[in-house]
Amino acid sequence: MVRNCREVKVREVRFLGAWDVPSDFVELTLENPEWAGYRPGQFAMLRPKHWGLELSWGRPFSISRADADSVTFFFQVVGRGTARLARLQPGDDVIIWGPLGNGFSAPEETPTLLLAGGMGIAPFRGYIEKHPTPEFLRLVFAHRPSLDSYPFAIMSDKVRAEAIQEKSAEDLPMIIERLEAEVAGAAGGIVLACGPLPFLKTIQEAAKVHQVRAELSLERSMACGVGACLGCVCKDGQDKHVQVCARGPVFKADEVHL
Amino acid sequence: MDLRVEFAGLVLKNPIITASGTFGFGLEFMNFGDLKRLGGIVVKGLSLKPREGNPMPRIVETPCGMLNAIGIQNPGVEAFVRDKLPLLPWRETAIIANLYACTVQEFGELTGVLAGEEGVAALEVNVSCPNVQTGGAAFGQDPTQIRKVTEEVKKRAAGKPVIVKLSPNVTDIGLCARAAQDGGADAVSLINTLLGMAVDIRTRKPRLANVVGGLSGPAIKPVALRCVHQACKAVSIPVIGIGGIVSAEDALEFILVGAAAVEVGTANFLRPDQAFRIVDDLQRVMIKARCEELSELRGSLQLG
Repeated sequence: MVRNCREVKVREVRFLGAWDVPSDFVELTLENPEWAGYRPGQFAMLRPKHWGLELSWGRPFSISRADADSVTFFFQVVGRGTARLARLQPGDDVIIWGPLGNGFSAPEETPTLLLAGGMGIAPFRGYIEKHPTPEFLRLVFAHRPSLDSYPFAIMSDKVRAEAIQEKSAEDLPMIIERLEAEVAGAAGGIVLACGPLPFLKTIQEAAKVHQVRAELSLERSMACGVGACLGCVCKDGQDKHVQVCARGPVFKADEVHL
Repeated sequence: MDLRVEFAGLVLKNPIITASGTFGFGLEFMNFGDLKRLGGIVVKGLSLKPREGNPMPRIVETPCGMLNAIGIQNPGVEAFVRDKLPLLPWRETAIIANLYACTVQEFGELTGVLAGEEGVAALEVNVSCPNVQTGGAAFGQDPTQIRKVTEEVKKRAAGKPVIVKLSPNVTDIGLCARAAQDGGADAVSLINTLLGMAVDIRTRKPRLANVVGGLSGPAIKPVALRCVHQACKAVSIPVIGIGGIVSAEDALEFILVGAAAVEVGTANFLRPDQAFRIVDDLQRVMIKARCEELSELRGSLQLG
């Protein structure tokens, strides 16, 4: 986890378009606020300019990818904010601040296992694109909705990748077993994980048992995104409350209580 | 246009102050604006010892506002003085310490630590905490306790201005403001958050681990204006207006009912440069209100 020291400012950028994938998934592309140098795992706060006062906070999303022209976010509609973001029209102005937080480690020539659960796939798209030695990466993606809801194909073109689907609740023990086996097999390298809380807990536990170096990206509701409101805390290795936005969102697996 | 305001021994370059708990220690916002442009910064509530605060979840977004129950998580007053204060532009912008304690004696000790700090321009006393010595009812709900706390802080403040931050969760806000004045307060600030609650019908649980929390944001602005109006009538010391201010227009509303300055809180979450934008916008809005000086506007509310 390397801290990013780039300038973080509020910018107004134009909404360029969305790829409406099936069900409630949205891939949102904005004019690039010069974030091509971001660290995968970092996030940004988004707030369309036309939001009035009804919603008090911006919305935090991990940066899915960024290049010189655009920055892309991938999210699921879960509430009032994401529902409104899904209805953005090309040309709408969006206020964004970021890149925020730390980001994943990206050691060169190190076997790196990317474990993504559902929406947790978002930051790994840019991670794969920016990695100096992608031949050392392997992606295992656990998901429930169909695979074409996610930007998986575009990623599996670039690195070794496998998807495992949880079609019903009966599949869950199989998924857990598979994740544990993957983590155990990653000893000597590094595991990077992003996904729902039970998914991260499974990986954290397995990393502990098999003594594998692992990093977990956490998700929280946030009001400010910059470390001020203290609404997004988790407990660190010393049992102290730390801000997920400012001290994370990526934590070493043995330095965070889930 | 001169936007300077002077009151209670403070000289601020403009009447826009950031409110405690919404602007961290100021340092978190250095990327988003020049802290020196603000009239003042009230830092995160400080206690004598570090506090871990409440369990999660601690915040909920509500229509035009939010509920919080952070529980004054802070590194303690000594860490503030040692690690944060030296990094703040205190020579150019008033840095106001916000004090949180659970007994009158603790308030006194806390004041003792800050009284000698050159970088602290004033002390704001949070009386919304439960008084553990009188069964847990908040100091701020009992005028006698407000007066006692104010007297204790004033006694040990070594001449620093003492601002008492009042809770709106009372029957008579004027009575509370007067209690602070009688205790020797140099100013009062109001309102702190309104007690509120939100429930998740799916889980059947409160949305805050603490069950109840403080409501803030534009939703509370009408209540805040009413309270400031009543406090201004009740006391002769300056009143700082707080509650749902998100724009320069909002700030002028509070100044019109008599506020000497205002604090901007939840607006800092709309976007992290909002307080700076309000400062930038103030002149334009004053011209629109056909006003050349803030002193001419202050308390000029036309009744009847």
